[in-house]
Amino acid sequence: MTTTVTEEPAAPPVAKTARPPRKRGRLVPYWLLLPGLLWLVVFFALPMVYQASTSIQTGSLEDGFKVTWHFATYWQALADYWPQFLRSVLYAGAATILCLALGYPLAYLIAFRAGRWRNLVLILVIAPFFTSFLIRTLAWKTILSDGGPVVSALNALHVLDVTSWLGMTDGNRVLATPLAVICGLTYNFLPFMILPLYTSLERIDGRLHEAAGDLYATPATTFRKVTFPLSMPGVVSGTLLTFIPAAGDYVNADLLGSTDTRMVGNVIQTQFLRILDYPTAAALSFILMAAILIMVTVYIRRSGTEDLV
Amino acid sequence: MPFVRWLRRNLVVIAGLVTLGYLLLPNVVVTVFSFNKPKGRFNYEWQAFSLDAWKNPCGVADMCGSLSLSLQIALWATIGATVLGTMIAFALVRYRFRARGAVNSLIFLPMAMPEVVMAASLLTLFLNMGAQLGFWTILIAHIMFCLSFVVTAVKARVMSMDPRLEQAAQDLYAGPVQTFVRVTLPIAAPGIAAGALLAFALSFDDFIITNFNAGSTVTFPMFVWGSAQRGTPVQINVIGTTMFIVAVLFVLAAMLLGKRKNKAV
Repeated sequence: MTTTVTEEPAAPPVAKTARPPRKRGRLVPYWLLLPGLLWLVVFFALPMVYQASTSIQTGSLEDGFKVTWHFATYWQALADYWPQFLRSVLYAGAATILCLALGYPLAYLIAFRAGRWRNLVLILVIAPFFTSFLIRTLAWKTILSDGGPVVSALNALHVLDVTSWLGMTDGNRVLATPLAVICGLTYNFLPFMILPLYTSLERIDGRLHEAAGDLYATPATTFRKVTFPLSMPGVVSGTLLTFIPAAGDYVNADLLGSTDTRMVGNVIQTQFLRILDYPTAAALSFILMAAILIMVTVYIRRSGTEDLV
Repeated sequence: MPFVRWLRRNLVVIAGLVTLGYLLLPNVVVTVFSFNKPKGRFNYEWQAFSLDAWKNPCGVADMCGSLSLSLQIALWATIGATVLGTMIAFALVRYRFRARGAVNSLIFLPMAMPEVVMAASLLTLFLNMGAQLGFWTILIAHIMFCLSFVVTAVKARVMSMDPRLEQAAQDLYAGPVQTFVRVTLPIAAPGIAAGALLAFALSFDDFIITNFNAGSTVTFPMFVWGSAQRGTPVQINVIGTTMFIVAVLFVLAAMLLGKRKNKAV
């Protein structure tokens, strides 16, 4: 049953009848896997090894770098850049929570209430994804500009007084503040939250809602006891798909923020591409990777959906 | 109070539409500002209506060159990632082999890794190998990070395929090649197309990994990034608007086509 597909990229053409079918079947999966996996091993896994080795090197650009098992780079990097690490986690966390709060109603709307508009709304969620995200992020500079309609409205409603008190904005300004960066992160990764939420909501049998209603559950109770628990796989993968890229992002912090909103991605980028301090950059990148892998593993374990992968 | 009751019943719809507005607002701004005539070098404040940028979309030095480079890279990256990814997806669904768990994690990890980590580590590899940064290093990187997404898309489709269709084809004396070309491939096609579309969008729009591994080569996202520092020409908005419209039309056409096919079956 499993040997019906013949797609042998590297196997030489052999006469059909001369080939023992069983042996062919055993080798086919390896031929199919080989090129793609080789690509991932050489250009994804091997670079991680190189990065690990770079992070414990010392030296200079002129004399070259050598592996000296200099683990102190890690402590130095953490001591110097812990505010940026903390900021990355906080901003990405805030953006993830906002994405969930904003994305859930829209996913719910598409899954249960959109009717014949469903496909159109889905397209409108996905389509911005195809326009360069840098151009769209730059548009937030216009939207949040000083004295623009959005900032004036927030000012009139005294929202900015509250956010300034929280340290999220700076007086009458929104641009170049943490709020602008979080707003940009939320915007950029919102589709990554909406699509998994929609997929898991769409699978819910509508009769379950009717049954809950028949059993005298109020709409709020139905949501709390039926809909939300059933959508948990979507919530878990949505939060992961939002948090991970947001934590490593440096585009929003650079375009919408200021030097006070730099995240760890900004530090890695500057160290690597401008200061050319490769060991520190590699160590920072390694710490970020380890931190995210640990957080993701703990999160998946605790939420109990290991079939995510 | 009928209004309050209506409000309570439609609260979800209203909240959802607010989110949709939040998602689309930047696109509206990009479109409106493609008709702007800015005073300075930056196109952030509305000045006056003008069609200049639309009449002369390639009027900015190097922009259209970077656009065509991005399209070329996206095309080759899509082809590469789709071929390699489809092969892996078929192997994963249809065959048993050793070390399946390791293979699965190798495919999952690139999707769970922040881009900046992949970008930085790939650059250390290229620097250590003494590779010349440019077109080829960008292409290598793009195929690498698109691959996993193609595998996921194709895998989902192949998994839902009924294996009895292929058995039936074989019972009707179709050879293995014929079965694959005339039965398996057409059924898997929507998954492959979705994977390819995703790969194209990801590659075309990628900035972080490209920024690290491009050397002095400038793709379209890198051009936009540079212009955010030097001054944003209105033509950027023209390209952004065109991309949005083309994407909407493309997806609409694909959906209509799918609907017609479903009806025919």
